[in-house]
Amino acid sequence: MPVDPVNNAAGNERRQWLSILAKAQPGEVSAAWDDLSNPPAYSALRAPETGLVLVRGRMGGAGDAFNVGEMTVTRAAVRLESGETGIGYVAGRDRRHAELAAAVDAMMQAPALRPAVEGAVVARLARAQAERRDTAARKAAATKVDFFTMVRTRGPQ
Amino acid sequence: MAYVSVKGGEKAITHAHQWLAEDRRGDPGVSELEVAQVREQLSLAVDRVMSEGSCYDRDLAALAVKQARGDLPEAIFLLRAYRTTLPRFGASLPVETEAMAVRRRVSAAFKDIPGGQVLGPTFDYTHRLLDFALAAEGGVVPEPAPQAEEPQAYPMPNIASVFRHEDLLEHDVRTDEAPEPYDLTRQPMKFPADRDQRLQALARGDEGFLLSLAYSSQRGWGSTHPLCGEIRMGEVAVEFVPDELGFAIEIGEITLTECTMLSGFAGSAERPPQYTRGYGLTFGHCERKAMSMAIVDRALRHREVGEQADAPVQDEEFVLYHSDNVEASGFVQHLKLPHYVDFQADLQLIRRLRKEHFERRAALKEAAE
Repeated sequence: MPVDPVNNAAGNERRQWLSILAKAQPGEVSAAWDDLSNPPAYSALRAPETGLVLVRGRMGGAGDAFNVGEMTVTRAAVRLESGETGIGYVAGRDRRHAELAAAVDAMMQAPALRPAVEGAVVARLARAQAERRDTAARKAAATKVDFFTMVRTRGPQ
Repeated sequence: MAYVSVKGGEKAITHAHQWLAEDRRGDPGVSELEVAQVREQLSLAVDRVMSEGSCYDRDLAALAVKQARGDLPEAIFLLRAYRTTLPRFGASLPVETEAMAVRRRVSAAFKDIPGGQVLGPTFDYTHRLLDFALAAEGGVVPEPAPQAEEPQAYPMPNIASVFRHEDLLEHDVRTDEAPEPYDLTRQPMKFPADRDQRLQALARGDEGFLLSLAYSSQRGWGSTHPLCGEIRMGEVAVEFVPDELGFAIEIGEITLTECTMLSGFAGSAERPPQYTRGYGLTFGHCERKAMSMAIVDRALRHREVGEQADAPVQDEEFVLYHSDNVEASGFVQHLKLPHYVDFQADLQLIRRLRKEHFERRAALKEAAE
């Protein structure tokens, strides 16, 4: 599948927040949304739909692709009352997760609405993920084997 | 010929299923198992079901384990059946396992692998003694695992990249304009099979079958003399290109287990001596399966290194046609469904043959007298 590289900064930014929204736990997304003081109304462009994405790996770890298996994914697209559209593609089968991801994506693209969600939703979710990642990485590091060499004091020289 | 009764049994079947539901629940005095409990506390059963069910969804796999009363091949069947009801949005970009947020990574071959030997949450080095504390009621929540001052640094180089400059280990081939990988869910098995087809079949193959094949190889039936180059387990991001965007976005993270086995290769006229590699990759934390898969993958690559193939593990038709436990279990277990007509026909045949046998014997006896 040919992939267009994302050369513009806006595209890269959008990739970032879509990634954060997708990797968040569904409960965290809906809690952050529910905490918004004035969430905008939105309507479904595409009602949430659950399907599969075929996950590919690389032969040997870095070679050509092979098919490993599928994963469940839910997608949605929404339009805000103010006209902006957004999409959500999230692992799992949580419809609200996909729909809210799409709503936040739409808001992030609207200069007037972005400040309302940039910190309160996107940054908040990113912090939670960074924290989880950091905790796991510290636990992993704590199980790292610390080799030491036995010094021979006797025996053949 | 008149037809015999072939209908009936509906009532018996309904009652049997009611009894099944009751047995599944077990003693009502014991609290019911929640799907979330299965997901969180029988997580390796969930991982195996996702892996061989070929569908990554922890909640669905946990539900399947509960519904199947812990019978994992049955749960795998349930998950495989469910996935056929969902549309496919497309295929992901290949996951980059070198970028994995590693929770566990060990190399049995190379002590000083950069990044170190990270044991992670493992059964290794436990004494395999039953822990009766777990059977005590009102169990306490264990202390959180210790955390190091410095987090593990990522990405962690893998065994192949560590030795890349020396050419001691076989390189992975990445072809420009590579064709779409073989997809067994849309294309029938074909032979000879390429490595992409074999790896897909092994990734969804039965752990027990692959374990036994790998074991047979180690014991000399098509030995690849493997060394465990590396095992890693952790989280990787999955990237997908939605039609409406046209560029790749991350759609989530999944847990994977990857294994690289190393096998010495003495070289040929064309190829210098170097280590060849076998590869295993599974959903979730399925280490035994990933290791077995890597050994079987390497054994099946005998053509590439000019090895003589005379053992079951090297026979790709034998391995690929028999590795899927949904197919295997379906074919073996269909034998318990009614075969009344087959048996009736066989009975008639055997009765006739016996009659003829005894008539011949009697005739011979008479002639002898």
